[in-house]
Amino acid sequence: MGRNSPIRVLMGKPGLDGHDVGAKVVSMALRDAGMEVIYSGLHSTVDEIVQMAVQEGVDVIGLSILSNAHLPIAKRIIGKLKEKGLSDVPVVMGGVIPKGDIPLLKEYGIAEVCPFSTPLDKVVEAVSKVAQQKG
Amino acid sequence: MSEQKKDSKQYDFDWGMKVKPVYAPDDLKEISQEKDIGNPGDYPFTRGNFPLMYRSRPPLNRVYSGFLSGEDTNARLRYLFDRGMKTMSIALDLPTQLGLDSDDPRAEDEVGRIGVAIDTLQDMEDALKGIDLGKVSTNITINALAPILLSMYVATAEKQGVSKDQIAIVTQNDILKEFVVRGAWIFPPRPSLRYTVDVIEYCAREIPKASPVSVATGHLRSSGANAAQEIAWGFEIAFAYLQAALDRGMDVDQVASFITFTFHNKLNFFEEAAKYRAARKIWARILKERFGAKNPRSLMLKSFGGGGMEELTMQEPLNNIIRETLVALGAILGGVQGVGLCCYDEAYTIPTPEAQLISLRTFQILMEEAGMGDVADPLGGSYYIEQLTVELEKAAVSLMDEIEKSGGIVKAIEDGAIQRLQARGAYERQKQIDSVEKVWIGANKYASEGEEWDVKLHQYDPTIQMRQVEKLNKVKKERDNARVEKCLKDLKEAAESGANIMPSTLEAVKAYATIGEMTKVLKSVFGEFKQPSVF
Repeated sequence: MGRNSPIRVLMGKPGLDGHDVGAKVVSMALRDAGMEVIYSGLHSTVDEIVQMAVQEGVDVIGLSILSNAHLPIAKRIIGKLKEKGLSDVPVVMGGVIPKGDIPLLKEYGIAEVCPFSTPLDKVVEAVSKVAQQKG
Repeated sequence: MSEQKKDSKQYDFDWGMKVKPVYAPDDLKEISQEKDIGNPGDYPFTRGNFPLMYRSRPPLNRVYSGFLSGEDTNARLRYLFDRGMKTMSIALDLPTQLGLDSDDPRAEDEVGRIGVAIDTLQDMEDALKGIDLGKVSTNITINALAPILLSMYVATAEKQGVSKDQIAIVTQNDILKEFVVRGAWIFPPRPSLRYTVDVIEYCAREIPKASPVSVATGHLRSSGANAAQEIAWGFEIAFAYLQAALDRGMDVDQVASFITFTFHNKLNFFEEAAKYRAARKIWARILKERFGAKNPRSLMLKSFGGGGMEELTMQEPLNNIIRETLVALGAILGGVQGVGLCCYDEAYTIPTPEAQLISLRTFQILMEEAGMGDVADPLGGSYYIEQLTVELEKAAVSLMDEIEKSGGIVKAIEDGAIQRLQARGAYERQKQIDSVEKVWIGANKYASEGEEWDVKLHQYDPTIQMRQVEKLNKVKKERDNARVEKCLKDLKEAAESGANIMPSTLEAVKAYATIGEMTKVLKSVFGEFKQPSVF
């Protein structure tokens, strides 16, 4: 718990879906909890999000996905992070994600999954936890 | 007898109305029977647009459908038509909505996922095969690229021998709200607005039964707006389109009746029915007094209602059938022209045919078994409903005044002011859900921990992209490529000159130009929107 600086989070909205209310609401909750949040903007590719993570030196990447493309996107971002030597940056995923897919997402390397209707304090908790583990 | 309130429950509406435990004749004192309520079919249309309402014009039921290829979508549409569906509502995949062909790298994982993949006219022809476009009406939820999808629909109809004046088509074509929520924008707001008005102008001239703009203010509601904001923001957006058409020299009575609305309901059907009543009244008054409309059709607010997707729960999903029944009731009792319900499994993904059938049946049962539409405005005259209608009207009008005083809706959207209010509303709502101030039965209250309901969900077929790219390549090989080049050049010239974009779009579509090719040309003229940071 020795960190002095606030946790920096990149909130990514990968893919073509433009429903970003969830990303905004979670960003507001993370900010109210004292974190710094940077937003990727809509229609971002996985490559763009990873590039931003490198530039901004974030502690955690959050992804909001409602288009049902969470499995292929998870696979791709974890691969890309590995390629860039950023495997230590944890990825937390939220959005419309069936419970049955969570074990598979974890297997791919997603650190935490906060599906639709997860209370905001639990989301904040999940992000803090993975950030602390990163150290 | 003295009574005590049982708990600390909050009864007031989020747009500011204090709700009393009971309403009485006194609550009607300030409300004029003639000016505020009137009769169905008479100005200000509070009680509905037509004297006989659903006896003469039954509401339509949109079942939003589309997935994978044109052929897959066609099979689903026919399944629903065979079971009593009377109108089509076509869902497009995201690459189509954003002008990307199925072989574009950015389309990876998204082709045919949440709607049908349309690359060329061929896909539209496949989706609509065997469906008589002279007999059914169709909604296509397309915004940034409405001229292209409208042209594809027109071209398909013409191939069937159905002329433009027989086509009943709704294109959503409401680009301004895309900049606030939903995010399916391509071009910057100003050229987008011109593009929108091109469609209105063309339809006014060529497709009299079209609804070229359906202001989908319901998207704002389901993303954080309250009922008063839903009316106010939706109307201000509609007036921006209307004014842009008037600035082009069109007459208000040529344009107004071409603008329709799609609202979203929450579950309290008293509030929602009052919303449609208040909205009709405001629309009629402003169109008459401010815009000087003379044709009664211009004064009638044509509304679709439904939605409620943000009210659905992933937990115990069959409960969503009951939620959507309440959504439907609010729309029907409110006197809408059409209803579009979510399916019980849509908290997860796009629906299965079984879930869509239940949604269709919900509407059919309400209308045909229960007789919910037999009498016009059945809630009219209720102390509570009349009070709710008047209060909601006041709240919406005051929000509209605020926006107009601070420079108008386009500016408010460009500045991100509406986006901030809407995001704030969504954040507050989530906090209420977390604290159980807003109740979700089976999800945040009385939840059955550990019990999972086994529900069959729609499964995506990842081979679609390969199949779709093969089809696209085949079309490109077989079409007259010289003709395509010529059409794309004409499209560019029309975009640059400011001429109406529709005729050259229609020609390009007929030559089997792809969505990606046409969008690329338009981007080179209109530019691309750069999203400002709004939070």
